[in-house]
Amino acid sequence: MVVATGVKAPASKEKKQSRAVKSLSAWEIVKISRHPSRPVLQDYIQLVFENFVELHGDRYFGDDNAIIGGFATIGKQKVMLIGHNKGKNTLEHIERNFGMAKPEGYRKALRLMKLAQRFNLPVVTIIDTPGAFPGLEAEERGQAESIAKNITEMANIEVPIVSLVIGEGGSGGALGIGVGDRIIMLSNAIYSVISPEGCASILWRDAKFAPDAAEALKITSYALKENGVIDEIISEPGEGAHTDYNATGAAVKNTILKNLNVLLQIPTEKLLDERFEKYAAMGKFAVD
Amino acid sequence: MSWFTKTIEEKKPQKKALWVQCKKCSSHLWEKEWKDNLNVCPHCNYHDSITSRQRIDLIFDKGSFTELFDNISPVDSLNFVDLKGSYKDKIEANIRKSGISEAVVTGHGRINGIEAVTAVMDFRFLGGSLGSGTGEKILQAANFAYEQGIPYIVFSASGGARMQEGVLSLMQMAKTCAGVARLNKKNIPYISVLLNPTTGGVTASYAMMGDLNISEPGAVIGFAGRRVIEQTIGEKLPDDFQTAEYLLEHGFIDAIVQRKDMKDYLANVLSYYNR
Repeated sequence: MVVATGVKAPASKEKKQSRAVKSLSAWEIVKISRHPSRPVLQDYIQLVFENFVELHGDRYFGDDNAIIGGFATIGKQKVMLIGHNKGKNTLEHIERNFGMAKPEGYRKALRLMKLAQRFNLPVVTIIDTPGAFPGLEAEERGQAESIAKNITEMANIEVPIVSLVIGEGGSGGALGIGVGDRIIMLSNAIYSVISPEGCASILWRDAKFAPDAAEALKITSYALKENGVIDEIISEPGEGAHTDYNATGAAVKNTILKNLNVLLQIPTEKLLDERFEKYAAMGKFAVD
Repeated sequence: MSWFTKTIEEKKPQKKALWVQCKKCSSHLWEKEWKDNLNVCPHCNYHDSITSRQRIDLIFDKGSFTELFDNISPVDSLNFVDLKGSYKDKIEANIRKSGISEAVVTGHGRINGIEAVTAVMDFRFLGGSLGSGTGEKILQAANFAYEQGIPYIVFSASGGARMQEGVLSLMQMAKTCAGVARLNKKNIPYISVLLNPTTGGVTASYAMMGDLNISEPGAVIGFAGRRVIEQTIGEKLPDDFQTAEYLLEHGFIDAIVQRKDMKDYLANVLSYYNR
């Protein structure tokens, strides 16, 4: 029996960088990723990007404030920026549904990705959501279909896609804008198939076991790098991104630009082939 | 995310009964009558689950099915342990009890003479959850269809992504959809049959992406769990919420087909593939 895997050996430099993260428990990192002062998309729009031109609407039903997008400039590079926006205070949280998008949010995101392809602009997606919104109307309008369609179509978008998880990478709601040529995480961000609370209430029969579930699910940036799911970790300054916005913004800007510069050199056909191979190699299973 | 966690080994051994009780209308039926009717209740038309092997026998012409990629099985790559024990033990127990090595059986065969590649999910195996091995088999079958230029049919029955493999399971949504995207690009038909139940990450990936989405009567199809939605919105949901009939009404599936008619239906629509 051999174990097939798409995992590359982690670089020793990143091992060093993530030592600080490693010393925290998974549950402590979950709490940092949800910290009320943690920078959200609207902060990065100020810190990292210039000239953000927000574009609205999915052209079918409405405009979702939980996912926003539009033209933006990073350094000298023009891009299409799309991301979850949780908001900064209670009023904004409610207005933006805590970053939990509905089908119209995912459909707007896909519209903007196709627009990026038309304009020949690379796409930067910023992920920060507890998950897609679990509501009656969202189901009625095809929450599953909208996410499925994005995941499928993103495989064929003919411009580079860089995805960055800045806080919570909540399951299908995150993946719906997260199929990229590069997946990057801030060191205290999380990415999970199910929330630790949700997993605990199913497999431990009680949500209070969330810290155990968080540990078992291997949702930290360090564990995900080791498992070959993500490509790169951005080290957060000090105690976390919320302690130094400027340093975090600078690191995010450098990392996005560095990756875009590499991806923009790759011919389109090769880019799509490599994207396919990247996802085809995901997972660990036994072959007899 | 997986809604259904009750695995086979948790069920208590039962004495072999001669009659079966319908889970929906509680009618009592002789076991033979039940089986002859393909596990469908003759009184209320409740479509109970059948195994992947039974499904294959039902859909594919006798002796035409060749299984592919059956050498793939799950590994406990995260050393996942919950209240009930390790994922490793669950894998072994599920393989032993179901006689299959993953939550999907893949292969190719003929439907009324028409060649098709297929992946048939099996709810008995870890609730049909989508793990790394499941995703690999579904992608490999899609690649086989892509290379041979043959239509692809996936029968889904799943609680969603497999929690015990963490984000690796989530990524199987992208992996399987990458296979679907390649079929789309080459104009190779992909038919998705959503069976009871198809939920979570499976609905939110390949199961909803069929050129045709087909279902059986009464099948539960949804993204978020019913209980989660009720808690979120603080209201009780309509009885038919997340049923095949509800999805048909809202425009997400093409047709609801009786189990006994499924083979002819699939052969008929595939006969329109004119390439």
